[in-house]
Amino acid sequence: MDDIERRSQRPRQNVLQDVGALVTGLRTTLGQRFQPQVTVNYPEEKTPRAARYRGRHYLRRYDNGLERCIGCELCAAACPVGCILVIAAENTEEHRVSPGERYAKVYEINMLRCIFCGYCEEACPVQAIVLGPEYELSDVSRERFVYTKDMLLEPNPDQQDPLVVGGEQRQTTTSPPPLPLPREGGGTA
Amino acid sequence: MIRLTPPDPFGLYTGSVTHWVVLVVAMVIVVFVILTGAAYTVWFERIELGHMQRRPGPNRVGPWGLMQSAADGIKLAFKESFGPRDVDPILFLVAPAIIVAAAFLAWAVIPIGLSNTFTYWIANLNIGILFVFAVSGMNAYAILLGGWSSNSKYSLLGGLRAAAQLISYEMALGLSLVPVFMIAGSLRLSDIASYSVHWGPYNGPIPLVILAPVSFVIYLIAAVAETNRTPFDLPEAEQELVGGYLTEYSGLKFVCFYLGEYVNMITVSALASLLFFAGWHPAIGPFAWVTFLVKVILFLFVYIWLRTTLPRLRYDQLMRLGWKVLLPVALANVVVTAVVLVAVQ
Repeated sequence: MDDIERRSQRPRQNVLQDVGALVTGLRTTLGQRFQPQVTVNYPEEKTPRAARYRGRHYLRRYDNGLERCIGCELCAAACPVGCILVIAAENTEEHRVSPGERYAKVYEINMLRCIFCGYCEEACPVQAIVLGPEYELSDVSRERFVYTKDMLLEPNPDQQDPLVVGGEQRQTTTSPPPLPLPREGGGTA
Repeated sequence: MIRLTPPDPFGLYTGSVTHWVVLVVAMVIVVFVILTGAAYTVWFERIELGHMQRRPGPNRVGPWGLMQSAADGIKLAFKESFGPRDVDPILFLVAPAIIVAAAFLAWAVIPIGLSNTFTYWIANLNIGILFVFAVSGMNAYAILLGGWSSNSKYSLLGGLRAAAQLISYEMALGLSLVPVFMIAGSLRLSDIASYSVHWGPYNGPIPLVILAPVSFVIYLIAAVAETNRTPFDLPEAEQELVGGYLTEYSGLKFVCFYLGEYVNMITVSALASLLFFAGWHPAIGPFAWVTFLVKVILFLFVYIWLRTTLPRLRYDQLMRLGWKVLLPVALANVVVTAVVLVAVQ
């Protein structure tokens, strides 16, 4: 008698116990049949995201509409995958974009490279770049994943619907990005 | 002899030519209904498995996912039918054909009560149930040939397992029904389904499960094994055999095996309701077929329920259950039933 044979003969239950075990199993599955389902039907229903969820980036403005970004490129330096490109330009009295000396003339993030680590957010001295709750970022070509400044910049608060970011309609799934406004008196214009 | 029972004022069923026309139309209807039924059995199974695992199951294609099977069928039909090198080309093709042919052939003798006065069948054979066993025995050939001709070790092992399993459980299955024949005194399926008693005030058909409960239990277990379904699905045990005899099949050939499995499921469910639960009785006016359908669906549900609950048996456990438990119990059941029948008469 080999090992398998012996093992399968070892626990001698009587037939009633065996049938009882079957009935217990069948009752369990049938009981689950009438429990509420745990599935979230994704495109129609969505799970709530954490308050500090790191999704798509936004470039923020001050309340008066000036851009926060001062073109310091610390975000690009902090980025572990090098997906941020910042080209700064000088602010002038006639053309003032941000309250500091310089502003970001070009600000691009390659979303295919980005790992959503949030280091850019931490590196930013004026809290210009934040990661929002939006995560549905699929698209049809690689080129479209390079998000330019006008896509990233949050709308001027007194002009637009806060859900419309950049030129195109991008519906965020919950409320507009939670903007943890810095309360320090850092860079009021 | 081929007969149909409805009232026949125009002589359609007895005419030498019209009789064949009626028959062919009936066959087409049966094939269509069974094909649709198999597709929706797949849907029903996926929905029920989903619900018992607390998820919704397929719900994207059409309302409640009802078109899921159609979508899957179209997808599979357009897939490349890819086979490995050095398969036996003829047997590789014949095996799926056998399984589908055998699965549908069984429905030639299964009677369906359409109303309380109108019973429908294609062939009312006096050895109906033997015929069903004969054609469902062909499944063993299909699986064995499919496994052997695939030129794949997994397919071969799966095929051999399936053949051993089918032969073992066919014995128990056949013997489990012998008491039913002895009680009903006929092998004709419509006679067994309409088996009637005169018990005091009650005068009419009764479900035979009352008189032969042991037979029913053995039949239920052996039928699961016959259709290669969980917990007896060792021939396609994916953890050890990839897909068993199905491993090398794809496209429409795969559909054939899959279809065969589900048609067989419906067949054994229909047989269970005919043999043990009085088929379409009680026939409520013109809705006898509803009674029958409800019984079949309940049995399908039992199969799905078993599938989602029970883990797969090990091979030696499977063989032990078949030969050392079910077969002796079935034999004893035959003897005891015979003794009781003689004593009662």
